[in-house]
Amino acid sequence: MAVPKPRVKLPKSVAAGDVITIKTLISHDMESGQRKDKEGKLIPRKIINKFSCEFNGKPVFSCDIEPAVSANPYFEFDAKAMESGTFKFTWVDDDGSIYTDEQAIEVK
Amino acid sequence: MHLTRRQTLGLCAGATVLATIGPAIPAAFADAAAAERSLMEFTGGKTPEAGKITLTAPEIAENGNTVPLSISVEGEMTEASYVQSVLLLADGNPNPGVATFHFSPMSGRASATTRMRLAKTQTVIAVAKMSDGSVYMDKKQVKVTIGGCGG
Repeated sequence: MAVPKPRVKLPKSVAAGDVITIKTLISHDMESGQRKDKEGKLIPRKIINKFSCEFNGKPVFSCDIEPAVSANPYFEFDAKAMESGTFKFTWVDDDGSIYTDEQAIEVK
Repeated sequence: MHLTRRQTLGLCAGATVLATIGPAIPAAFADAAAAERSLMEFTGGKTPEAGKITLTAPEIAENGNTVPLSISVEGEMTEASYVQSVLLLADGNPNPGVATFHFSPMSGRASATTRMRLAKTQTVIAVAKMSDGSVYMDKKQVKVTIGGCGG
């Protein structure tokens, strides 16, 4: 499969202290390790097992993921913005690959 | 658990649909006991109380591969007192664990949405752990027409 492509949606600017909603999506098969191929052999598990979101280096939200999360894992969560800065999003794959995305936000 | 006639009929209909058009389901499923074990591990042996946490899931999921699921927990999110984490469990999947959300005072509001796989009709459980150690639970039964694990 192609390299997983993260997508993040959040407002560009907010008022200080407002709670914003962040939506994230990453393209990934999330192979559960339960399925079998044509020869009846188990297809090895390969999922995104951890997702985290940081704001200016401080943790905001994170998630431990099991194979029961759907393909192309989607997460929607909230964050409080007190100052301008950058949100950093990290997805960790079973094979050790790390996919990241960054989004700046301006607090008025 | 007492089943009304209507529920029994519904379950039978669901089972028939699964048997005829559903994919072959792997033999090994987690059971309520396995889910209970994961729950106790998460809460540290405490029995969760009802309330505070709300789990939103569809009553009937046509496709078990992507079932939308939201949780939200009441309560303030300050350094002194906040919602630490929320565990999601599905007691009829091959493994009961679905995901664990970790919040922080920076979250502002303890709510999250994701999409999950459900192998068959089952109960989805959400457990919230507060920073003071108290635990709260909500559960919801989701009827699944086409299972979402393997096949």
